[in-house]
Amino acid sequence: MNMMSESAVEKALDQKMSDASHKMIGKDVSVYYGEKRALFDVNLNVRENTVTALIGPSGCGKSTFLRCLNRMNDTIENCRVTGKITLDTDDIYDNNIDVVELRARVGMVFQKPNPFPKTIYENISYGPRIHGLSKNKADMDQIVEASLQRAGLWGEVKDRLHESGTGLSGGQQQRLCIARAIAVSPEVILMDEPCSALDPIATAKVEELIHELRANYTIVIVTHSMQQAARVSQRTAMFHLGQLVEENDTDKMFTNPDDQRTQDYIMGRFG
Amino acid sequence: MASTHILSAYDDELKYLSRRISEMGGLAEQMCSDAVRALVNSDAALAQKVISDDVILDHAEREIGDKAIITIARRQPVAADLREIVGSLRIASDLERVGDLGKNTAKRVIAVQGTGVPRKLARGLEHLSDLALVQLKDVLDVYATRSAEKAEAIRSRDEEIDAMYTSLFRELLTYMMEDPRNITTCTHLLFCAKNIERIGDHATNIAETIYYMTTGAQPEGDRPKDDSSNTLGAITE
Repeated sequence: MNMMSESAVEKALDQKMSDASHKMIGKDVSVYYGEKRALFDVNLNVRENTVTALIGPSGCGKSTFLRCLNRMNDTIENCRVTGKITLDTDDIYDNNIDVVELRARVGMVFQKPNPFPKTIYENISYGPRIHGLSKNKADMDQIVEASLQRAGLWGEVKDRLHESGTGLSGGQQQRLCIARAIAVSPEVILMDEPCSALDPIATAKVEELIHELRANYTIVIVTHSMQQAARVSQRTAMFHLGQLVEENDTDKMFTNPDDQRTQDYIMGRFG
Repeated sequence: MASTHILSAYDDELKYLSRRISEMGGLAEQMCSDAVRALVNSDAALAQKVISDDVILDHAEREIGDKAIITIARRQPVAADLREIVGSLRIASDLERVGDLGKNTAKRVIAVQGTGVPRKLARGLEHLSDLALVQLKDVLDVYATRSAEKAEAIRSRDEEIDAMYTSLFRELLTYMMEDPRNITTCTHLLFCAKNIERIGDHATNIAETIYYMTTGAQPEGDRPKDDSSNTLGAITE
């Protein structure tokens, strides 16, 4: 075991967070679906090695913003994104950006676990193979094991790597999807309500995983569960009607938020 | 609070807490005022009533604690709601202590009954208790309105009570020095004065809690103090 105590690790991480450079910077981001405007000039920076939670009522634009971060909105017809989003120093909407490579750097985990209808091993090895990340079988075995280890799933599946991924329980499938996202060594992981289809125990395991992944990755999570945002994130951003209402330290957000709309929403009040 | 929760049962739970706090406040105030009246009038029956009323206050504090725990478990309150509930717990415990101080004063009525309370000291005690009870009454009114400014204003008034207490302390010492037969009564009265002074401190605590509940920030600066009794009588060069 690591000799550093749990709290020392936490402290080091928090220190790292407060010094954190902005991993991704969103400047004046607006999104239009045809005529309809879904996001209004959002300025939101994502800090490195930090879990940022996006909250807000349905239709507030939080998922839309999340999907801008790895250009998932490109797949939607009529969708137009304006403003600028950078990953480190790269403008991700620049014409020279390879979108496939971008999505390897900025991975995504969806609401419903969606493993490929293939074996557990193939679920993990698919990404590294198409991105040419392994030289040989031994190399690939190592990537698969490391990814499953990191996702906290190795112990549960190591004896059945060649069984179908769809045969796992919902919670295991979701952790498999996280392992799959990790396998291509992303820098940022986007999660769109990753626990909304899971029971409380599976949810707790995924949340524990998010907590651990923070040391190596930058995470942005959309969640409808206020308690989940409070539990897993260090920064919280509140969206309402396509606008970013408030972005703050999570501790501050859930004890004494600055904006009345945030207050009303998290306390479950009528505005 | 302008807006209401989507879940009306949640509002009911918060209202229950705030109603019970107000009831506790009313009773604590009554007990303390009765205790001082019993003391200056040597009224043992009234003192006995104060002592038995304390049970009601203790019971109310426990009920508020239970309800707050259940509400936290069921609603997972955040922001102003969370501060409201935690504040209720703190205020209930302050009020329970106020009741204890009233009860302790009432218990001493029997001890000083034989000699009675000298008129001059009685006036001093009454004046001290008037100050403390106004403080308590005002803070309970502020609790009803949740005004941070008024809470802060009350907090700065504790000084007056401290100064009055110090002067009473001095007076009691003088009586004891004049005639050793006064020592028993004066010692009891000294405790009574201390009890009353402590009521003012609890009122100040409550004012600070209200400030926190409303603003989410702790009131700034040290609370004003003018209690120099702890060094009184020390030999100075």
